Amino acid sequence: MSTSTHRSWYKRNEIAVTPWLFLIPGIAMFALYVIIPIFQSFWISFHEWDGLGEKTWVGLDNYERLLGGDRKFETSFWNNLKWLVLYLLAIPMGLFISLFLNQKVFGIRLYKSLFFFPFVISQVVVGLVFSWFYLPGDQGLLNNVVGVFGLGPYNILGSPDTATYGIIAAGLWPQTAYCMILYLTGLNSVDPEQVEAARLDGAKGHRMLWHVILPQLKPATFIAFVVTIIGALRSFDFIAVMTNGGPFGSTRVLSFYMFEESLSEFGFRMGYGAAIAVVLFFIMLGFIGYFLWSMYQDEKGAR
Amino acid sequence: MNSMLKASVAALALGVASTSAFADGLSGDLRIVSDMSNPAPRAVMEGLVADFGAANPDLNIELEIVDREAWKTQIRNALTANAPDVVNWYAANRMGPYVEAGLFEDVSDMYEDGSLPGLEAVKGAMTLDGAQWGVPYTFYQWGIYYREDIFNELGLTEPTTMEEEMANCQVILASGRKCYAIGTKFLWTAGGWFDYMNMRTNGFDFHMELARGEVAWTDERVVQTMANWAALIEMGAFIDDHQSYSWQEALKFMTDGDATAYLIGNFAVAPMRDAGLDDSQIDFYQFPLIADVPQGEDAPTDTFHIPAQATNKDNARAFLAFVASAEVQTAINAGAALGQLPVNADSSVDADEFLEQGFDMLSTNAQGGVAQFFDRDFPAEMASVGMEGLQEFMVFPENVDDILARLEEARQRIYE
Repeated sequence: MSTSTHRSWYKRNEIAVTPWLFLIPGIAMFALYVIIPIFQSFWISFHEWDGLGEKTWVGLDNYERLLGGDRKFETSFWNNLKWLVLYLLAIPMGLFISLFLNQKVFGIRLYKSLFFFPFVISQVVVGLVFSWFYLPGDQGLLNNVVGVFGLGPYNILGSPDTATYGIIAAGLWPQTAYCMILYLTGLNSVDPEQVEAARLDGAKGHRMLWHVILPQLKPATFIAFVVTIIGALRSFDFIAVMTNGGPFGSTRVLSFYMFEESLSEFGFRMGYGAAIAVVLFFIMLGFIGYFLWSMYQDEKGAR
Repeated sequence: MNSMLKASVAALALGVASTSAFADGLSGDLRIVSDMSNPAPRAVMEGLVADFGAANPDLNIELEIVDREAWKTQIRNALTANAPDVVNWYAANRMGPYVEAGLFEDVSDMYEDGSLPGLEAVKGAMTLDGAQWGVPYTFYQWGIYYREDIFNELGLTEPTTMEEEMANCQVILASGRKCYAIGTKFLWTAGGWFDYMNMRTNGFDFHMELARGEVAWTDERVVQTMANWAALIEMGAFIDDHQSYSWQEALKFMTDGDATAYLIGNFAVAPMRDAGLDDSQIDFYQFPLIADVPQGEDAPTDTFHIPAQATNKDNARAFLAFVASAEVQTAINAGAALGQLPVNADSSVDADEFLEQGFDMLSTNAQGGVAQFFDRDFPAEMASVGMEGLQEFMVFPENVDDILARLEEARQRIYE
């Protein structure tokens, strides 16, 4: 009796407090490097600021200019959408390659690692290799190949109509490899008994794939979807290396535009850059919100 | 009153002493951050520090050389936090943001008290808001570098007017070559062409009015500039796919003989020589006349500045005076060093075909005035929007109205 009243406050509340103690370092870091900067961006976006002098309050001016017909913003926004949609091609392509590689023949591990290779090398290197591949005139491999069939020459990265697609194609190469590895691990956990049962019922080919294999790969598909969307929004490196936003700004995406406005050689318009960042933040929040919601629905269904 | 006079005389004497003798007596520290990171400039910078250190044995000099491209964004941090005593930058409008933010030291006193003899001619490029904010250490001419051997083969001579230029170009095109190499991937090379087309069509003063935002981009005089330029583009004078090349990559067209000329700065001579062209194969001429206006020229100037927050400003001033002095200017701009033009009127130009022609052109044949360059004369945001539009114009000249309208919209916003 007396011992329990004399126990310290910490001892009495140990079970409630300890988890928070463990969480504090993480929460502090997360707040310092993620949460607080988000609100700082919001704050800066209401100002005009060159990063050196005083901030000038301009209210919603930056947003009015941005959303009220800034052509660079419109180009960047549509390019972001192209990236999001076309980048998803990595998922079916990754699935196809993983089905193809999911067999036991001599040296299969070597083939798998070769297919996985583009994901291991840096995005900068992938971008460089592809920009050589696309070189205009008769210098690039692409034009030499299509030249055999009497086509071309094309200047993929030099034409505003094709440049973005050229960069997305370069991005798909490593992203497909990533999706492939996700599906390969997923295929390991496919229940052989179900496959056996389906086979007895006469399922094969695409019916087998669609009704038996794919439902079991749903977790892998979900992860592949998430990483591909994130990858599409992180397309900055490819663009910086391959076209630097050009020709005449036709390959900009929002993140690149934000960088140009706020941090590049001719930039340092922090307020406008922050406004772009805020818009990008809300677009991403839409996606992330959707994923959280669908995960929540799944867990509710599983219960 | 008397004592004040004495003090100022003493200060003046001290100032003269310290400049005439940047050779000795300095002590303490001097911290220099330089962007001269390419091989030849780097050697020059290290040599400067070694010489200055040898003359001032008690001075502790710390030199940090940073990447030239990276410095364009790093300078902001460097000037605000733990500022060094001397930094590199560029002349004219590019100084604007730092002058306005009070981050560059006003060194007008050095120009007034005679610490910088021979610099009167370049003072203008260092002047903003009626004061001087640094000293230049080198500059270089722009102009048309061409393949002399191909011109000889085709029987062409250096043109002086645009009609001759276009007649030459017709011959060059007929021989299966292109007239001009250019790489516009990083945009600024297109700015060089615009500078010259506009300065030759409308004159230097108009070009500067445009740079200061006093004229509309949709003005018919600008439209005329673009029309003159479009005539060259539409005859196929420029190499194809130039939007995919850097200026260095486009140099290959010239060294291979697929293009005969290149409007570029004197820094391109070294790589041309490295690529195996000798001086009998390359030569230089001034950009030809279009309208009857005094010629303006691009001659970008690189500079040294003292950050306002520097801790050893006296030592820094002595170093600036040292760099700008006639002997040092002669030495560091020689063909074997920077290979550019000295800023000091009392120094001599190295015996180099291109340096001599460039110096001659700028001192006798640039009555219109000397501009810095598109991206240094125009404010940063106008320069970036502008160069992007100019690149588009060089690929799709038919979009000219849309491009000029866009630039005009940007002008109205940026200069307000």
